[in-house]
Amino acid sequence: MCECCNNHKNDIYLPQLATITKRRMLNGTELYLHLEMDSGKDLEYSPGQFVEVSVAGIGEGPISISSSPTQKGLELVIRNVGSLTRVIHKLEVGGKLGIRGPYGSTYPVEQAKGKDLVFICGGIGLVPQRSFIRYALDHRNDYGKIIVLIGTKCYTMRLFREEIALWQQRKDMTVMETIDEAHDCWDGNVGVVTTLIPKIESDLPSSLVMICGPPVMYKFVLMALAEAEVPEDRIYVNLERRMKCGVGKCGHCQINEKYVCQEGPVFRYSDLALVPEAI
Amino acid sequence: MSVLKFTREQFENFVSAMVKSGQSVMAPQAKNGRFAFGPLQSAADLRLDYDVTILPPKKYVLPQTQTLLEFEVGGAFRSVDSSQPMILLGVHPYDVAAISQMDELFSQDQYDKHYMDRRCKMTIVALDVVTPSENVFASSMGTATVRKGYDLLLTVLKDGSVLAEAATEKGQQLLKLAGSSTPASEADLNARKAIWESNEKNLDKHVLKCKPSYLPKLLDHSYEHAVWEEMARLCYSCGSCNQVCPTCYCFDVQDFVNWDLKTGRRQRCWDGCLLENFATVAGNHNFRKDRAARYRHRLYRKGKYVPGKIGGQIACVGCGRCITACTAKIANPVEVYNRLMEDTELG
Repeated sequence: MCECCNNHKNDIYLPQLATITKRRMLNGTELYLHLEMDSGKDLEYSPGQFVEVSVAGIGEGPISISSSPTQKGLELVIRNVGSLTRVIHKLEVGGKLGIRGPYGSTYPVEQAKGKDLVFICGGIGLVPQRSFIRYALDHRNDYGKIIVLIGTKCYTMRLFREEIALWQQRKDMTVMETIDEAHDCWDGNVGVVTTLIPKIESDLPSSLVMICGPPVMYKFVLMALAEAEVPEDRIYVNLERRMKCGVGKCGHCQINEKYVCQEGPVFRYSDLALVPEAI
Repeated sequence: MSVLKFTREQFENFVSAMVKSGQSVMAPQAKNGRFAFGPLQSAADLRLDYDVTILPPKKYVLPQTQTLLEFEVGGAFRSVDSSQPMILLGVHPYDVAAISQMDELFSQDQYDKHYMDRRCKMTIVALDVVTPSENVFASSMGTATVRKGYDLLLTVLKDGSVLAEAATEKGQQLLKLAGSSTPASEADLNARKAIWESNEKNLDKHVLKCKPSYLPKLLDHSYEHAVWEEMARLCYSCGSCNQVCPTCYCFDVQDFVNWDLKTGRRQRCWDGCLLENFATVAGNHNFRKDRAARYRHRLYRKGKYVPGKIGGQIACVGCGRCITACTAKIANPVEVYNRLMEDTELG
């Protein structure tokens, strides 16, 4: 044990302040924020990681990073779902948030080079996936095809509509969208996100597949990928848990012996074979 | 290092000197028919013969509530250091073993200064068990005696005299507070050895039918066993087993606003994996909704998950507090592990 406290002045629980520089609602419940660190120094992170976001007096919670490290500033998308996020939704441009991190594992940005990338996103699951999608687009020559499947519960819940429209115009990527329930204003696919999987024009078993969505989605997507004979070591899942401390101490995010805040949130699916609580 | 011998009176003088030293002294004292660690005001209140305390001394390294940060509401945070020099006096070997495990967990990887600052300013005085408690099974867990993790080790001999051996510089410093004493004789050291040998056998109100080191492998084959469901059927999800456990260290973090409504503090407080909402995220999705899954999680943490982080040491030290605290009488780890032993064939 260390006898010299003075060598360890850093407080792993101390957030740094950041200022909201842009904000807009993406739909009725999801708030987009662009933040800049008050220190003037951008966070160094990789796609897939998360930060602990604080409002002093309310609390702290884990939020996925939605921006790519290739861009300036930090982008978060926060659903209005609890006491902390309700307050964050009331903050205006110029408002302050505490930020700790980044924490957790990253998407396999290096190992994925030269391979086709398939992103399967359900609802708010698009938010962390967007970090890797944008990163891959900013390093376009490093990767093969980029295929993005997006499933949303209903038309009004769709996220990043303008950005998706721009993606759809690009010749160097494929974006397919579906909504669970038919809507007057929607002429596209209707059905859950798994219905898009057979439409993928790529050699699926040799692609890397990234999945993020609500807990119920994984099982069905993984079944469909098994049918398509995608090897489990080419599938990456991004799991949500209660990453309260972010530093592997508080115990809340454990899935069996794995601390999601350290070994996750991005897991290679083949590493979860003996982790029954994961999916 | 040399072993000193104190008569009962000399020892009381030593304890009085600790109380007057300006450091707070936390020690086991009688409390309504049971025992509890608390601030020691007088040497006469110290109970070297205590069997087990209601709560483990972990409450001094990881307090029930601990302020981590102070803040201005909606504004900046400031790190708070509330650590003070402290003498933790009369810690049984199983609790010493538990604190050593926690030292490793809080210092490894991401260094937790809030835990470690307190810990580094603490002097731990261990005490060999005099009276076994009704549910102790430290003999099974290899924690009936300890050889490390403390600064000074006390052993009470049959005639009431006390042997003291320092293990660290801090222990040596503490001994400087002691008045008169004599070097322990060969016979005294033999008497101490006999007490160790006796405790290693006799803190055995429950007996684990395998070596503790076997538990991770046993649990590898027990995930779907019927015992989880059977036991959990009686579980109230009250979390008592977590609260009294010397190795449970999960915590929650909450913000509290002061009466001025301008400033506040961020505190951590004990939490427990048996509590219903332990794994619930915002939006009310509970990732461990099933009672049996929470019940199983605790026993897997003790026998497999935490050992994986601390070089294989089993995160149950055999204090037996959970057995006493559990209203439904289902918390006994030995009962569960033995049942798994009986039913599981390991290849």
